[in-house]
Amino acid sequence: MATSERRPLLLDFEKPLVELDARIAQIRELAEENEVDVSDQIQQLETRAMQLRQEIFSSLTPSQRLQVARHPRRPSTLDYIQAITDEWIELHGDRSTGIDDLALVGGIARLDGRPVVMFGHQKGRDTKDNVSRNFGMASPGGYRKAMRLMDHANRFGMPILTFIDTPGAHPGMEAERLGQGEAIAYNLREMFRLDVPIVCTVIGEGGSGGALGIGVGDRLLMFEHSVYTVASPEACAAILWKDAGKAPQAAEALKITATDLKGLGILDQILPEPIGGAHSDPLETAATLKTAFLDNLDQLSRLTPQQRRELRYQKFRNIGVFAEISA
Amino acid sequence: MSLFDWFANRRKAEPISKERQEREIADGLWSKCSECSVLTYTKDLRANQMVCLDCGHHLRIYSDERVRQLIDPGTWKLLDEALQPVDALKFRDRKSYSDRLREMQDRTGLSDAVQTGLGQLEGLPLGLGVMDFRFMGGSMGSVVGEKLTRLIERSTRERLPVVIVCASGGARMQEGMLSLMQMAKISGALERHRESRLLYVPVLTHPTTGGVTASFAMLGDVILAEPKVTIGFAGRRVVEQTLREKLPDEFQTSEYLLAHGFVDAIVPRTQLKRTLAQLIRLHQPYPPSHFVHVPDSLSRHAMNPDYVSETNSAS
Ligand SMILES: [Zn+2]
Repeated sequence: MATSERRPLLLDFEKPLVELDARIAQIRELAEENEVDVSDQIQQLETRAMQLRQEIFSSLTPSQRLQVARHPRRPSTLDYIQAITDEWIELHGDRSTGIDDLALVGGIARLDGRPVVMFGHQKGRDTKDNVSRNFGMASPGGYRKAMRLMDHANRFGMPILTFIDTPGAHPGMEAERLGQGEAIAYNLREMFRLDVPIVCTVIGEGGSGGALGIGVGDRLLMFEHSVYTVASPEACAAILWKDAGKAPQAAEALKITATDLKGLGILDQILPEPIGGAHSDPLETAATLKTAFLDNLDQLSRLTPQQRRELRYQKFRNIGVFAEISA
Repeated sequence: MSLFDWFANRRKAEPISKERQEREIADGLWSKCSECSVLTYTKDLRANQMVCLDCGHHLRIYSDERVRQLIDPGTWKLLDEALQPVDALKFRDRKSYSDRLREMQDRTGLSDAVQTGLGQLEGLPLGLGVMDFRFMGGSMGSVVGEKLTRLIERSTRERLPVVIVCASGGARMQEGMLSLMQMAKISGALERHRESRLLYVPVLTHPTTGGVTASFAMLGDVILAEPKVTIGFAGRRVVEQTLREKLPDEFQTSEYLLAHGFVDAIVPRTQLKRTLAQLIRLHQPYPPSHFVHVPDSLSRHAMNPDYVSETNSAS
């Protein structure tokens, strides 16, 4: 996991916390030098720091959440898979485009005894890794790899768990030539056909069609600070406000947070994150995810394939807000 | 003078004064081709389905005109006219979405960016959806998603082929994630239509991009496109920014998609009705007398030998 001793990268709204932490460290040092007992004061300050952290993270604005969702240390698909599975074999390629897309990874795993198929967008852990992972922006080969894995799962009766974490599908010339639109569209339709349970989770950034391309399931889960959006706030601001600097306003207007999406009937379950975000305690976050997977798979496996398909259809069928005025 | 004679004599005619031209363009008597700038008598142009008689350019047409071109007179029955868009997110950019909607409705006389209905094409019954680029760039929000889904569901129940004429910039940002989810909703309805072994043909017109390309535009059993239209997932400018170089002119055109195997045929507008009729006839059961109606609920079991084993392995 990404639980290293490295200090987590800081977001601007975390500054007051850092200042407070620095003060605590300073006092501790001074007390040691002068051999005075300041444990009471330190405890007070630590309580204050904890409260402050809680306050900050419980009232993040949509654009601050976007920063948390994009945090370079936020646990990735492979981090979660490694943390929650007993066994894991990664599979490669879509058997058609001739490239293994590293921005979308997947394979077969054992989750609490049960064989499952897992796949998701994979962002890099550092700059070099990010280049080879294309920042988690999948190409048609990635979506077709996902489809191949889903067909595999369906043939062998394995539930499907998908991890969504992408700024969007790759907008490149090669991707267009290979049919980016077709690759995503095909998945959207075929995911309604599959007999096995499908649980989709937005672990970080859910960017538009590139996210939805592995996002049609019986359940949609989302971490507390994850976001899911029809267009990136930056792109939306550039188009509608004609000013990319208005991204925070766009993030607000687009209703991209888990709470908003639950209200719109798009999301089934919000998964809580540790105070400070998933990256502050990846193992605890992974445990939350594992519990949610097992609960949902438990419920879904009580249904027949026909019931699951019908409920999956109705779930999406009911999304949309409009008026119907009888003439 | 008949229109035909007029057309035949047109080149010999005296050049018309510039003032008169402009007045008559404004009156709608004449139309100027946006490609070659040649002026054509509007009636001629309409008779040729708004395809330039000089250069073959397909001028943009809107949903009413498209329905008129494809559907046999007197057979068109509009569906779900009562559906109206709603500003569910209370979205406001430089203008509020509610104001935008009202303006659009006043300006176009449309309620939203698609019209759907049942009708006949060369006597063949079908479900037809036509997107309208005038209404917020043909963008797809809840109403577009709901109307198309209902059209497909109704066509599945009545065992009708579906044709959707696409013209859209993609998902409608002002409805946020509700818009994105319409892609899945429509694709789900198409899955059921497909499972009932019914024909679906999208017709890609200018432009077909974004979320529409990444859903129902690319899910046809057969995919047709008008000549020289823009079809793609990512916007051209976005791709250029990613690539940091200019893209070739033919990139993301109908011809480019045909060459790369994502479109079955490029059909000039004047041939479209005939081609659709041909496709629908080719997909009718043969021989007709031997056709046994299979109820939807049974067709999957009856026709898919893999079905039983798949079910067993999944449960
Ligand atoms: Zn012309």
